[in-house]
Amino acid sequence: MLTLYGTELSSRLLLGTARYPSPAIMEEAIRASGAQIVTVSLRRETAGGGRGGQFFEVIRSLGVHVLPNTAGCHTAKEAVLTARMARDLFATDWVKLEVIGHHDTLQPDVFALVEAAQELCADGFKVFPYTTADLVVAEKLLEAGCEVLMPWASPIGSARGLVDPASLVSMRGHFPDVPLIVDAGLGRPSHAAQAMELGYDAVLLNTAVAGAADPVAMARAFASAIDAGHAGYHAGLLEPRDMAVPSTPVIGKAVFA
Amino acid sequence: MKLIINGEQQEVEAGTLAALLTALDYEGDWLATALNGDLVSRGERARTVLNDGDRIEILAPKQGG
Repeated sequence: MLTLYGTELSSRLLLGTARYPSPAIMEEAIRASGAQIVTVSLRRETAGGGRGGQFFEVIRSLGVHVLPNTAGCHTAKEAVLTARMARDLFATDWVKLEVIGHHDTLQPDVFALVEAAQELCADGFKVFPYTTADLVVAEKLLEAGCEVLMPWASPIGSARGLVDPASLVSMRGHFPDVPLIVDAGLGRPSHAAQAMELGYDAVLLNTAVAGAADPVAMARAFASAIDAGHAGYHAGLLEPRDMAVPSTPVIGKAVFA
Repeated sequence: MKLIINGEQQEVEAGTLAALLTALDYEGDWLATALNGDLVSRGERARTVLNDGDRIEILAPKQGG
């Protein structure tokens, strides 16, 4: 069981709701993934429109936990206001806190992230911070009151996978008791399995499923990979060795010459 | 009065934020509102008085990652 802010979850996949070919495929992919947490955003609504409500009715019908994000916010102030609006709208104190620092990489602005996390945690939010694998930043986020950390694997939507696994290993080692979720940059199921084999508690992804030729099948594939990686980590992985080690016993081997 | 609604200047007569939503045909419960950079919760809209030049954000749930 995965426990995030006191909520017990059997799925270790958090899934985004954006960029699917259609709302029906999104709905089917979420169901196929088994995800119990889905991310949503807040955007400007046009007068007389009601599409946001229609979209959210679909999400509500799935019976999943909603994790609103602050995607696109570039300052702590913007992110804090967006989080407060999300809490009012979605009636949840969970927030995926994103404060973007760079247009090309969508790298988090970790200074503004810590500032926003301090303000939101003090205001009763349960903050899921999208961060880098920097240990000092992680410490500051925990001091601010975050009980979950979500380091990136590589830039959002890049599908490059774990570009710096050593940093993620280090983070896992430094924070053995903090739920750690790899968020962003995963492109294929093997990336998710790799994150889980490092001992991560869950992964959050969106584009890799939504942008697949068959998002529903890919959702299922990610769910399987996450389960396999998690089980493998807990089964005790063999460390790599420099030289061959025969798997078949040498003792008792016939001598023919 | 002149209001800036979702980044666009508009000429609308509305005494309160709740009246503004009605005047602009916003429907349903799935809206979040802010006035001049501060949240206005759904329960506060009917008593939130608008003034000339106010900046209003009206947001709704959307797909997100």
